Amino acid sequence: MQLKVQYFALMREQAGRSEETLQSSAASPRELYHELRIRHPFTLSPEHLKVAINGEFSDWTRGLCDGDSVVFIPPVAGG
Amino acid sequence: MTRFRLTSVAIDTESARRELLYSGAGGYVSFEGWVRNYNEGREVTRLEYEAFAELAVNEGERIVADVAARIPITQALCIHRVGALEISEMAVWVGVSAVHRGEAFDACRQIIDAVKHRVPIWKKEFYRNGDSGWVNCEHCAAAPQQGEVEHRHAPHR
Repeated sequence: MQLKVQYFALMREQAGRSEETLQSSAASPRELYHELRIRHPFTLSPEHLKVAINGEFSDWTRGLCDGDSVVFIPPVAGG
Repeated sequence: MTRFRLTSVAIDTESARRELLYSGAGGYVSFEGWVRNYNEGREVTRLEYEAFAELAVNEGERIVADVAARIPITQALCIHRVGALEISEMAVWVGVSAVHRGEAFDACRQIIDAVKHRVPIWKKEFYRNGDSGWVNCEHCAAAPQQGEVEHRHAPHR
């Protein structure tokens, strides 16, 4: 299936891009993150991240569907 | 009316305050978060804020709506800057009007506290010595790296 991944802040810098579209068979965001860590030098481990699918917070174990847009959310620091 | 906004230009507090005016309101409380020149022992020269705009606005709206559901206020609004900011610029503004001041103070505090913890906005600090770093991301990045090294070596033990 085809997935779109957007990167922000530290992860955007480590990936060297703001977003990418990729083919993946990852069953969940957790599996997808493991795949992405092979391609990019991400230092944050999953326990420090939240995940959003199609613009809403999601569970790490939720199933992914073709066309989903996934964002891994580093620790926030607004205000 | 939207109750959480992102802006890449200076926050117009006078205009924002006017949005909270209500004939039944007897009090108004606002909070301004400013860019500070020091953080965790390091001299900061400027900041950059980055947001996942779609989710930031949705989550910010939820925060204000949740607080408004718990505390009887008349209006509330939060505006957060994104992009490059200099020292002493306003990074975030929260305003609340209510029938009585107590509710306005409480709601304003709860909104800013929740925004800092929940809204997907990130802050990169630039330091006097030329270094820079993403707040809350650099420290926790170190630990898992060590953990991975241990994990990779584990089969040899």
